[in-house]
Formats: sequence, structure tokens, C-alpha cells
Amino acid sequence: MPKEIMYGDAIAAAIIEEMQRDPNVIFYGQNMAMTERDPMLKKFGKERVRIAPISETAEIGIGIGAAMTGLRPVVELWMSEFMLVAFDQVINEAPRLRYMSGGQVNVPVVLKAGYGFCAGWAGQHSNCIYHTMMGIPGLKVVVPSTPADAKGLMAAAIRDDNPVVYLHPYMLTLDKGEVPEGEYVVPIGLSDIKRAGSDVTIVAIGWMVKKALAAAERLAEEGISTEVVDPRTLAPLDITTIVNSVKKTGRVVLVDQAPRHSSAAAVIAGEIAEHAVGSVGALRMVTALDTPIPYSEPLENYVVPNEDKIIEAVKSVMAHEAVAA
Amino acid sequence: MPQKTAKRPAPRSSKISNHQLRWIYTQMVRIREFEEAVKRTFIEHPGVIRGHSHLGDGAEASIVGALSTRRDRDFVMPSYRCHGYPIVLGTPLRNMMAEVFGRKDGLCHGFGGSMHLADPSRYFPGTSGIIGQSIAHATGAALTAQIKNSGQIVYCFFGDGASKQGAFFESLNMAAVWKLPIIYVLENNQYQAYTHFSLEDANAAAGDALSKKAEAFSIPGATVDGTDPLAVHKVVAKAADRARAGKGPSLVETKFYRLSAHGNVITVPPLPTQFPEHEAVAVYGNRKEFEQWKSKDPIKRFRARLIKDRVLTVASATKIESAARAEVDDAVQFALASPLPAPEEALQYVYA
Repeated sequence: MPKEIMYGDAIAAAIIEEMQRDPNVIFYGQNMAMTERDPMLKKFGKERVRIAPISETAEIGIGIGAAMTGLRPVVELWMSEFMLVAFDQVINEAPRLRYMSGGQVNVPVVLKAGYGFCAGWAGQHSNCIYHTMMGIPGLKVVVPSTPADAKGLMAAAIRDDNPVVYLHPYMLTLDKGEVPEGEYVVPIGLSDIKRAGSDVTIVAIGWMVKKALAAAERLAEEGISTEVVDPRTLAPLDITTIVNSVKKTGRVVLVDQAPRHSSAAAVIAGEIAEHAVGSVGALRMVTALDTPIPYSEPLENYVVPNEDKIIEAVKSVMAHEAVAA
Repeated sequence: MPQKTAKRPAPRSSKISNHQLRWIYTQMVRIREFEEAVKRTFIEHPGVIRGHSHLGDGAEASIVGALSTRRDRDFVMPSYRCHGYPIVLGTPLRNMMAEVFGRKDGLCHGFGGSMHLADPSRYFPGTSGIIGQSIAHATGAALTAQIKNSGQIVYCFFGDGASKQGAFFESLNMAAVWKLPIIYVLENNQYQAYTHFSLEDANAAAGDALSKKAEAFSIPGATVDGTDPLAVHKVVAKAADRARAGKGPSLVETKFYRLSAHGNVITVPPLPTQFPEHEAVAVYGNRKEFEQWKSKDPIKRFRARLIKDRVLTVASATKIESAARAEVDDAVQFALASPLPAPEEALQYVYA
């Protein structure tokens, strides 16, 4: 039976269920399980639920080493930018060790972090850095946009035998949605059509899916039928679903909270250019402007994509003839 | 020829049997022969070894002395200077040499090379080529052992240069807080690539041993003569006892001297590469230092000692050496005969 729960609780539910299912799953991070009142600690004990010091290199590196030798660690990193102080472990260790060993060793570690916290956290805590990780062979990157996907993709990430970077948009933490109770796994590498439509395709990521769906609602009132595709996984990227949608509608708007040249949208635009050339009448990218994220609210709002910017982009591509598939 | 298995007698912390002394000498000689063969390959078969290779000659007493305290399922996690350790674990030299040569029959099918040997079936899960980073991985293996309550401990080896990395400090702190079953063996071979350790280490600059770093984590630290396998055995055995008793990590500095240069010369193809002179000579012009340490060659010294103590005769020592030479020659011939991988095999192993 599906139940309405919050996005943040859906992630926790998946971790708890996977820890119940598999004794090799462990969970640790900074500022967690500090007292005996911690519900995870109560349930699983202090061997499997641990507090870590502010040591990202060791936290992630230990997760990798534990994964190489038989555990399935979930490392709570809180904010994706904190991974930057340990990027060798994320980019140059976890995804390379299996390959360099000729397939002898697996690294089933989950690196969990929030991203894109646009609530006045200024330049160093509000960014979208998935672009830097989605092009690293050996690494998987998931970005769930609904509570159900948050649960299903966490379960899939923990069960996956590869290193998975699990990025959740902080702005969705309190959003409620229907989430299946009990075992629920969303396959990694599969896009989801969040809204079907015929005039234009919007490909949106993470928090931007919510904004795209709100924009689609308003556009429908004006008679524009929008299809919203959520890749859900950025690596490996499900190009087929995106290309099929674009070929159907003939127009596409890519919405990404990251700045233009470090966005997943730029990568997707390249794939569309190669695989749907001749089928696309127009393509627009709605991304963050090329600035660090500013502190003050009007500045922040100005830089980050919003519904109005998406609607403007959709209308601009509607001005072009769709090319018949 | 059949591969030499590295079966060794069960370790006892108090007394080392003659059988075990011969085992230690045999493994030291096998490592030296392997490294000499790698070095010769640059001259005898130019172009066969690509990239960067790092040798463990001079480290034999540290490697074998430490691993002589190891029990069968304990993890061994060294750095990219990694040839010596799997030799002691019994990994076939044929597949090791084939990996160094980038061949299909290599330990990692030609995907890793000299810096990235791995043999998880022998509790050697793999290495990192980025200095110090594998210290965190080894610490993670110790977490696995602790959580699974498997009785295993981890032997983590790294160089003096790596002890200046953040990964070193972060890992030792966490291992101490979590009381992880791990021995950190800081192999002070005196040169971080080209820089003498006295020029970059705060403890050394103050005239202290590098093992003083252990004090920062409130764990035992010891410095031992890394050219003497029995001295290393004694100190590491104590650290192993502590780890097995659930009391947490120790830091052991084994001080010795790297007898070859850091690695082969970094050249751009098609320029050939081979091992240059040791940095003491090539960079610092200090041939005297190099010759002094060479005269303390751990293998020569241990050989003389075992003969003096009548554990070996000249004949039995020579037999060990000839067997090791033959085993390594066979490995080289095997590796040269092994085919290169097919290009499209490159797409394998990216994801599990």
C-alpha cells in the first residue's frame, strides 16, 4: 500500500529496510548517531551505525576499503560540496579500482549527499556538482526527484555492486508523496516520464522536475501540451527515453539547476544533437546563470531557474515548427 | 616449472623456528630476484614495460619481517610500490610478471600494470597509485574485519612520503577512535620520490623518529631497523597482538633504504626508459651515502647471519637463490610469451 511520506523520510525508510535485509549494510557520517536516543542506533547498534569525524577523505576511503572487502557502506556526507575535499576518493579511487584489478574486486559503496540548497546558503553550500561525476566511467550517479524515487533509488544504490553517488535535492526534503511500503526498488539507469505530452519535451533534473511539472500545468491552461522526462539517473544516462520523447514532440527544453557549462543539460543536449538531429525543431537550455550562488534572496532567485524561465523557454521553442519524426 | 607456493609455518610471537627463518630468507630472495628481473627488462626488452614501475629492493626485510607475523586470512594493503607483498602471499610470479608486461595472462589481465597488482583471493584487494589514499582503504578493510568479527587484521604498508598526506592523519584518527584491527607500517625508505625525508617531515626536522606521529593519535608507535627482518618481526608481532586483542591500531616505522631509484625515468615515447641512478647519487651527488646503505643490504646481512647461526649452509642458501632465480626466469619467459589483450577487451570491467 502506498503511503504519503516526506522525501527525507523515504530515504531513511530505504536505508532502514536495506539494513534489515542485509547485515553487510552499514551507515555512518558526521553528526549522526551521537546519542543513544538515535532511532537508527537503537535499531542496529553502534557497530553498524557510526559517527564519523570531519574527515571526508577517510570517511569515503574507509567506505571504499570496507566495500572492497565485503561490506555495503552508506556514507552520509550531508552536502555534496563536502565531497570536493575528498574528490580523489570519489573520482580517482572508487570508480577505478575494479577496472584496474581486471574485474577482481567490487566497490559497492553509496555516497549520499544533498545538493542545491537554495535557501540562503550562499556560494559554497548551494551548488550542483553532478556534472563532474556523471562522466566518470565506473561511477553511477542518481538524482531522485520524488519521495517514491528517493526510496526506490536508495534501495537500488545499496544493492548495486558499483560505487553510487546518491544526490538528493535539499529543497525537496519536506515534500510529501506516495511511497510504496515495504520492498521497493527503482532500477538505476531508467528515465521516467513524469508527465505525458505532445508539443514539447522538458527534460528536468532533481528539484527542477517539480518546477517543470508546475510550469507544465500552467502551460496546459494555455493549450500547450508538455511531456516532462526525468532522467533520475545521470550515469548511466538513459538516452533512449529522452531521444524517443524528443523525436515525438520535435521540441525540447532542458532544465538544470547547475550553471550552463557544468550542467547535465549540456551533456544531454549533445546526445540529442547526435541522436535526434533532423527531428528537433528547437532546443533551449534553462540553467543557472554563470555566477556562484549569491546569498541574498532576490539575487539567488535571479540566478536559479524557476517556473517563469521554463515557461518563457517553452514558448520560445513553440515558435519553431516541430520537425516530423 | 611449477609455481613456488609460499606456505609458511604458523607464526609464534615468542620464538622463530629455523624453518620460519629459512622461509623468511626465501621470500626476501624471491622479492629481490623479481625486482632485479623487472629492472633488467627495461634493458633486455625495451618497450615491454610501459608507464611507471616502482621496486621494493631494500624493503625485503620490512615486507617479509612484517608479514611473517601474518595469519592466513589477514588483509595486506600496500601502496603502488606493490610487487613484494603478493610474492610473500603466494601469488604466482608468472601472472605478476605478465601484469607488469601488460599481458592477457596478467593478474589483472593487463588493466592495472606494475602499480595496481591485485589478488583478492589471497587477501590482497588492490592498490592505489595516488600517494597515501590506500591508507584509508586499508582502514576500511579493518572496519570490515571488526564489523564481521572475523578475527582478521590488516597490514597497511605505505612510504614516508604518504605520511604527509591528509588520508594518513584522517585514517589513523578514525582507526584509533574506532579501535580498528590494523597495523600501519610506515616504510621509511628515506626518499619521497626525489626528496630526502629530512627536508619535508616535521618530526625528522626536529630530530625525532617518524613514529612520533603515533602520539598525535594516542596509539603505540615504534621505529625499528627495517633492514633486519627479525627486528621487524618482533615489533610487528606486538602490534599484531594488540590488533587481534581488539585494542586498536599501531604505527610501526621500518627504517631502511630504497636500493633503486624511485621508478624508471619518466620519458615520452618513443624515447626508451630504464632505471636511473638512485636519487642520492643522481640528485644529491652523494655516492658515499648510497654505498654505505648498499653495504647494509638486508639480504646479504640476513644470509650471513643465518649461515653464522647454522640455520643455512652456503650450499642451502645458494639452492634457495638458484630456485628463486629459476622461478623468476620462468615468470619472465611466461610473461613474454603471453599474448597482449585484444583492444576491445578495454570495455570490460567498467561496471560490475
